[in-house]
Amino acid sequence: MIRSELIQKIAEENPHLYQRDVERIVNTIFEEIIEAMAEGNRVELRGFGAFSVKSRDARIGRNPRTGEAVQVEAKCVPFFKTGKLLRDRLNGGTS
Amino acid sequence: MSAKTLTRMDLSEAVFREVGLSRNESAELVESVLHHMSEALVRGETVKISSFGTFNVRDKSARIGRNPKTGEEVPIHPRRVLTFRPSHLMKDRVAAGNKR
Repeated sequence: MIRSELIQKIAEENPHLYQRDVERIVNTIFEEIIEAMAEGNRVELRGFGAFSVKSRDARIGRNPRTGEAVQVEAKCVPFFKTGKLLRDRLNGGTS
Repeated sequence: MSAKTLTRMDLSEAVFREVGLSRNESAELVESVLHHMSEALVRGETVKISSFGTFNVRDKSARIGRNPKTGEEVPIHPRRVLTFRPSHLMKDRVAAGNKR
C-alpha cells in the first residue's frame, strides 16, 4: 500500500469529502508525526505503535568502498516500536 | 527541553485545525488512517508512505532464546515482526531538529 492508495481508501469511505481535503488530512497526520519528532517529542498511538527519537553516539565509520575511516558525528534518529495489539494481530491474534 | 508525548488526540487536533471538520470527524479520520495501515500490514503488505517511511512485515524463524535472568533456554516460535524504515526526509528533519 502506498500513500495514494491510502488516500483513495479514505476518500471512498467519505464520499462527502473532497479528494483534496482527504489528501490534506492524510498529509497532516504524517506531517504532524515528523514535526513532533523533530521537536524531540514522542508520538504514541496505542494499538498501532510509538514513534520516538533515539540518540546515536559519535563513532568512527568506514567508507565501505575505499575502507577509509571517517568521523561520524553524534545524531538523533527516528525510531518506531510496534504496538502490542498490532504485534499480536500480525501473529494471528484476535481483532 | 523536556519531551512531550503526543497521542491520537493531538493528531486529530491538527486535522481539525488544518481542514475545519468537527473534532469528532477529525478523530474518526485519524483512526481510519491507522486502521487501513494496520489492515494492510496484517495482510502482509508493505506500507510505503513517500517522504515519511516504509513499514515492512518480516518473517522471523524459530530460535532458541535464553532467559537472561535465569539462563534457562526457551524456544522462540517463528513469528512476524514489523519494521519501520524512516525516509531520508524524516531522518534529516529529526537529526536537524535535535542537534545539540
